Amino acid sequence: MGDDDTIRCDACPVLCYIKPGRTGSCDRYANHDGKLVRLDPHVLLEQAVSRGESVVPFLQQSQDWAGDVVNQAGTFVTAIGAGTTYPDYKPAPFIISSSVNQVDMVTVVTEGIFSYCGVKVKVDTDRYLGPETNTVRAQGEAVGHVTTSEYGSQMLSLGGVRHLTGGSRKEGTVTCQTLLDLCNGKAAELQIDDGTSVVVQSGKPPIVDGVREERMRVGCGSAAIGMFAKQWFGKADEVVVVDDHITGVLSQHQAGKLLGMRETGIRLKGRRSTPGRYFQVAEPGTAWGGTNLDDPRAILKQFDPKSAWPGLRLLMVSTTGEHSAYFELDDKLELVEKDLPHPLQESVARIRENCEPALSTILFMGGAGGSLRAGVTENPVRLTHSVKNALTRITCGGAPAYVWPGGGITFMVDVGRVPMNAFGSVPTPAIVAPIEFTLKLADYAALGGHMDHVRPLTSISSSQDREHRIARPENPWPLEPANVTRRAE
Amino acid sequence: MRMSPQIRWLPDGKRLHLNDGPMDLILQAFGNEHQVQMAYREAAARFVTVLDELCAELTLLRKPMCLDSTWPSGGVARRMASGVAPFAKRCFITPMAAVAGAVAEEILDTMTSVAQLDRAYVNDGGDIAFHLGSGQQLVAGMIERPDRPSLLATVTLRFDQPGRGLATSGWRGRSFSLGIADAVTVLARSASVADAAATVIANAVNLPGHPGIVRKPACELAPDSDLGDIPVTCSVSKLAEAEIADALDSGMRVAEELLASDLIASVALSLQGHLRIVGSSPDRLVHSEARSLVHA
Repeated sequence: MGDDDTIRCDACPVLCYIKPGRTGSCDRYANHDGKLVRLDPHVLLEQAVSRGESVVPFLQQSQDWAGDVVNQAGTFVTAIGAGTTYPDYKPAPFIISSSVNQVDMVTVVTEGIFSYCGVKVKVDTDRYLGPETNTVRAQGEAVGHVTTSEYGSQMLSLGGVRHLTGGSRKEGTVTCQTLLDLCNGKAAELQIDDGTSVVVQSGKPPIVDGVREERMRVGCGSAAIGMFAKQWFGKADEVVVVDDHITGVLSQHQAGKLLGMRETGIRLKGRRSTPGRYFQVAEPGTAWGGTNLDDPRAILKQFDPKSAWPGLRLLMVSTTGEHSAYFELDDKLELVEKDLPHPLQESVARIRENCEPALSTILFMGGAGGSLRAGVTENPVRLTHSVKNALTRITCGGAPAYVWPGGGITFMVDVGRVPMNAFGSVPTPAIVAPIEFTLKLADYAALGGHMDHVRPLTSISSSQDREHRIARPENPWPLEPANVTRRAE
Repeated sequence: MRMSPQIRWLPDGKRLHLNDGPMDLILQAFGNEHQVQMAYREAAARFVTVLDELCAELTLLRKPMCLDSTWPSGGVARRMASGVAPFAKRCFITPMAAVAGAVAEEILDTMTSVAQLDRAYVNDGGDIAFHLGSGQQLVAGMIERPDRPSLLATVTLRFDQPGRGLATSGWRGRSFSLGIADAVTVLARSASVADAAATVIANAVNLPGHPGIVRKPACELAPDSDLGDIPVTCSVSKLAEAEIADALDSGMRVAEELLASDLIASVALSLQGHLRIVGSSPDRLVHSEARSLVHA
């Protein structure tokens, strides 16, 4: 056999060249007649927790389980490791029937190759990551862009067919690896053109320019004034919410005006926006309210003697409530720091209580397009209709998926709810994601399903190529009746 | 497709199995439950990046080690280089000869640096790094033929002896061998040195030019092998008693030199049912069956 039959395995970064009839250095992947074959166990998701059986979880993400008992009703076959029959003219690798509450259910299990796919990353931070629509890079390659931000979060849109296959080979490879890492719960470091460097990882705090985000701000300084003005009224004469983005001043703010607060003669450094809102009161940093200040008095100028009065009570607080200080003006209108009075302590604690932990969260989004459906049914459009009518449930490695309305089967799934390491890739490059279609056996027959390929669950359970995992307790059991609203015809 | 590292418990729920590409580790720690869990958590966290680190320097790690070799930068890669360095003057060797031992060592060190453990071991495909607290010991089983595992002997590893690494090499194993030993097991101060030493000694158990030994250039079997076109053993015919003795003798010579230079603590060599044991203290290798033993 000539060298032409040697294949290069891309199952791991070793990238072994494998001769026909031999395995790579791992002994798991082999060259079989010029094709790469893998001998990984197929993953069965087992509903062990609800049966109260002893389970053996490892860490939070990995709930791998090595039990022996296969209980039909409590076992769900996921598509992880199912393989794919791309271009899908053959029936999907596994079409499983099982009986749930006396109704015969069919789950069609396949691993889809998604060229049209990507991730949406929600980064809980008020820090400015970079200009909207600017390119997001990994290892210098364009992998996505900054998209419209959400409340308290910056949003990134990564992947998509243009970066995967529309650019250079390197761009596609890096994009694919970035998506894969993020989908499999690993961290990815991203650079935003004219912006910051950010490390994101599903379910973990984002790291912006080397600084880990601890908690989300309750809002910007101005928003905080709006939220807490009533609680401060009567307990302080002036409140300054220090924020690197917008610092708020209660007496000048619309919220303070509505409460009829007296002018205090307070004067701030920085650039005034609308009344009671100031930009750039200090340099960005990791101290008070995301500024570089350890002493908040640095943002104040001398009080205006025409309006200020001795004994004026001033609260200064950061947008997370992590920093606070209380001052009173003496006879010379100088600030004198005092202990925070009890009622104000409560309001500061309230700010802290309203701050949620900052996380990066990642939704995988892909389109189960033309040919994948053919592996499920002989009449692909009926599958689409069935999904739309909520007769067929789509899950991704057993995790619930949201199916976007309109044409086609475009779905989203929180990668944090998918079993560990469920995603893979092919050299195209494209992402391989598990996808399961679950429906009643009768409905399956009606939509032109491959009835002659339906296998009972026991035939899978008794084979060696399987791996049991316990179901993630936060996910609905895939075979329970669908808890979704049926769309009106 | 790139499979990501797998981290799971073996069915007994006590031993952790870590797999990533060609790395298959089984590890276990003993001691205070909290400390043990902490050690497992750190081991898993360290493990997931090891393969990517190694592959980043794979080209360098596949090059022969010599005195002016560029030193690799990764933690595991440096352990590999220092594991094979003592053998670089003697023969052709690349850092890959110590990869399994070095990975085991790295994970074990990660565990013991965060947790107080009574004892622990990390077994990377037969190359084992272990930790023994005061008064502790571990018993390791030895097999002669990796393809037909049956317990040949047990090795008692004691805390008051210097060996902290145990490794086996042979032509039937997963890596290529230049020699014909079924298995050479080495006990050394560290797993990376044991791994490299086992490779070197197994290579020396040989009968050059023997017609019953089929060899092929390594690159014909695996195009990217670090051994290039060096012939590696593919099969060995039934050998006569005298031939077996000759082959073992040449392996013993190398073993004794390494032992004399204090690189290794003890060695067991096996070839077609014949076992020889070399070591300064007989109770480091305790045999379970009657065998012909030779003590240096």
